Amino acid sequence: MADASVYRIQGATGEWEVVIGLEVHAQVTSNAKLFSGASTEFGAEPNTQVSLVDAAFPGMLPVLNEECVRQAVRTGMALGAQINAWSRFDRKNYFYADLPQGYQISQLYHPIVGEGSIEIEADGATKTVGIERIHIEQDAGKLMHDQHPSFSYVDLNRSGVALMEIVSKPDMRSPEEAGAYVRKLRSILRYVGSCDGNMEQGSMRADVNVSVRKPGEPFGTRTESKNVNSVRFIMAAIEYEANRQVDILEGGGSIVQETRLFDPDKGETRSLRSKEDAHDYRYFPDPDLLPLELTPAFLEECRASLPELPDAKRARYEEALGLSAYNAQVLTAEAETARWFEALLAEAALKAGKPETQVAKAAANWLISDLFGALNRLGRTVEDSPVSPAQGAELLALIGDGTLSGTLGKQVFEIMLETGQDPARIVEERGLKQTSDTGAIEAVIADVMAANADKVAEYRAGKDKLFGFFVGQTMKAMAGKGNPQVVNELLKKALG
Amino acid sequence: MSDLTDLGVAAIRDGVRDGAFSAHEVAEAFNANVAKAKGLNAFIIDTPEHALAAADQADRDRAEGKLKPLSGVPLGIKDLFATKGYQTTAGSSMLGGFEPVYESTVSRHLFGAGAGMLGKLNMDEFAMGSSNETSAYGNVISPWRRSDGGNAALTPGGSSGGSAAAVAARLAPGVTGTDTGGSIRQPAAFVGITGIKPTYGRCSRYGMVAFASSLDQAGPMARDVRDCAILLQAMAGYDPKDSTSLQLDVPAWEASLSSDIRGKRIGIPKEYRIEGVPEEIDRVWEQGIAWMRDAGAEIVEVSLPHTRYALPTYYIIAPAEASSNLARYDGVKYGRREMPDKGGLADMYQATRAAGFGAEVKRRIMIGTYVLSAGFYDAYFNQAQKVRALIARDFEQVWQHCDYLLTPTAPSAAFAIGEKMADPIAMYLNDVFAVPASLAGLPAMSVPAGLNDQGLPLGLQIIGRAFDEQGVLNAGLAFEERAGFTARPESWW
Repeated sequence: MADASVYRIQGATGEWEVVIGLEVHAQVTSNAKLFSGASTEFGAEPNTQVSLVDAAFPGMLPVLNEECVRQAVRTGMALGAQINAWSRFDRKNYFYADLPQGYQISQLYHPIVGEGSIEIEADGATKTVGIERIHIEQDAGKLMHDQHPSFSYVDLNRSGVALMEIVSKPDMRSPEEAGAYVRKLRSILRYVGSCDGNMEQGSMRADVNVSVRKPGEPFGTRTESKNVNSVRFIMAAIEYEANRQVDILEGGGSIVQETRLFDPDKGETRSLRSKEDAHDYRYFPDPDLLPLELTPAFLEECRASLPELPDAKRARYEEALGLSAYNAQVLTAEAETARWFEALLAEAALKAGKPETQVAKAAANWLISDLFGALNRLGRTVEDSPVSPAQGAELLALIGDGTLSGTLGKQVFEIMLETGQDPARIVEERGLKQTSDTGAIEAVIADVMAANADKVAEYRAGKDKLFGFFVGQTMKAMAGKGNPQVVNELLKKALG
Repeated sequence: MSDLTDLGVAAIRDGVRDGAFSAHEVAEAFNANVAKAKGLNAFIIDTPEHALAAADQADRDRAEGKLKPLSGVPLGIKDLFATKGYQTTAGSSMLGGFEPVYESTVSRHLFGAGAGMLGKLNMDEFAMGSSNETSAYGNVISPWRRSDGGNAALTPGGSSGGSAAAVAARLAPGVTGTDTGGSIRQPAAFVGITGIKPTYGRCSRYGMVAFASSLDQAGPMARDVRDCAILLQAMAGYDPKDSTSLQLDVPAWEASLSSDIRGKRIGIPKEYRIEGVPEEIDRVWEQGIAWMRDAGAEIVEVSLPHTRYALPTYYIIAPAEASSNLARYDGVKYGRREMPDKGGLADMYQATRAAGFGAEVKRRIMIGTYVLSAGFYDAYFNQAQKVRALIARDFEQVWQHCDYLLTPTAPSAAFAIGEKMADPIAMYLNDVFAVPASLAGLPAMSVPAGLNDQGLPLGLQIIGRAFDEQGVLNAGLAFEERAGFTARPESWW
């Protein structure tokens, strides 16, 4: 493994290395909960998406939702991980008001997915971060403390929603690496469609394990900061926690293995509970559920349903489409961008009657500079872009066949953004079409030369720099619609 | 028409079908018996209107030629089964007043087959007990009394104590029971009736309040083998709402009943001869063996070497699962809530569970919590799981030598109320012959064999291969024909 990170904390006693492992909880994309038919839609009124099973009524039994299993298996496959054809559910027992059963159904002893890995780029280097395991488990409900002066209320809408817990190995060495890992993981999950990756809505959150050590020494004692819900907060929590640990160690103290809470307002972590009063979860196999056995046919179906993943797509963009490394990276980072680009590419190739390889560069450049520039300005993403891939392709085709010059193209694009109209219609209605008609251009050139006889003389006397002046005058007289190439050629000929 | 209550399930079904009497008359008769039998405390609630409504429907269905398998048969339902709109307590004050908005699959099947409900039957709290003395709704008193002239109140066994008493006292022709470690078979033996625990997974556990999920299994209790076959057929069946339910068709057990067991081999496990068991138990066992030989079966001595570990294994696994299953009774969502003044969440938990659970339930929650705890898990729970597998293997191997096993059901006749409550170990020993089949998930039935010197019933147990309820029922029928057990308690209640 390339251990390229040189991130170090400078302490009074020298340099410290940070060791980071992440447990990411990702909500599985599924209409129904892990063990009940209740809906999982976000934002519903409290306690409107709760079945008798979710509320743990007497005699209710869990029935496994196959879609959640499929999503976990596909995720494991996307991470190149070991898929365990035999896994089992265990009960994690503890009392809390948001946990109606008094236990969470999880997978401690035999998770559905074993070891895998993710390639990340951070601190200017490529690095492989190991995945330890993925297991599936139930989410808990939510307590609300602001509804009544002396009671807390509980909302069970989330109770029983399926989560994947994706556990990394302690392979990360800097906040940047951890950030890159979470972004890459999120990108893969969104490609696979197994999690929407929406951290604001709590679809993805991380428990952050941090320890510090002098380089080359064994792992130090770690702390775990729970439920950190943005990439920025994860990085901040690591930074704060690593520095806190260094301060303690250099002050002669020792690190207590404990669970901590990250406070985003203060940018600090604080102790939640120590190992001594950690819960004894009394894990044991859930007797209400049979072991989960995956058939070869099911595994094959999962594999066949996987889309092209970001790393493979990026390599293909570079190798088969001839895109620059930078463009390929930008276009593949998000599944939606790649989807948009591929739709644009297909339409553009069709309209130009050329293979995709011949229109790819222009399409990529236009998307990254023009479209992204416009979307940034408008505060939008490709998903709610006012211009569709088909419209973009039409614009590219108009530029490609000489109907529009580059300048006219930008002008038309602005109108498209404003009106949502098709570029051909804009060109037609507003007469923005570029002209390559030599007769018309020659007539304009003749007028320009007649009006600027002195300049013509100077040019002919050797003042070559004036050529640009004639181009400008001609284009101006044609309201920018003259084909620049044709204008150039004809001017050269006319000026002699 | 009080003699209608002398009839069993088959006789009532056939009588209604043939027009010998109406279903309405049957329901009235049993409702009257239930109303008169308060001294037995067999029911937690009576539901005469449910029984009558089902009976009237049965009479209408008969008129329209649409009779169902249990049309006209009123039943008692153990209070462990959730019954929609009817209080379901599992014998616990924790669920006092709890009325489910859902129906258990077993009761749904029975009502769908035309049966009505006479009431919800008393039981040990959360099915934890062998004498019905742990119920929050009072002891069930056995209709039987010793013939020694004393009037000591006896237990009907447990946990299906109300079920057993109701059938023995003619308060119901048949009832549902549940069996985790003998809770159908031991009470059936104590009151001289028949009860079968089918193969684990035959009956759905959906809507059945959980005690120990890997062991809990519903089954019928009735006067005789045929009645059990009829009821089990209606109760059983695959249920997608219970992941552990068997994906097998339900055989036509009643139609295939046959007491011809010639050539069948009946195993007598030598490890079931336990020191300290009263001589009367050995005697009735020998008598049973002789009857089976008389029926043409071959008697073979067999060995189940891990039998002596079954009871400790059971009393690790069942409490472990229970400690987790009962965590949901916390005062937050339904059932009892005790909220101390100015208390927080933990105070509410403690007060609710301290007040809502009885002593035996607390004992088992503590045992279960202990055996699952860090540092003890491997020594207890994990070890018990391994021993359970060995016990199951014992049975697998024994089927190479025999078709059924014949053993005592319980190590004694019914005991007096209060006799064993002070000594939980003595109470747990009651399950010694019952738990091996539970741990292995096998079908097992208790059939009445005779009376002891004090005039109390004794039962014998027939254990069969997984899924071979038919074989167990057939062997039971052959036994029943020879035992000719007709004794019944004289009414004093």
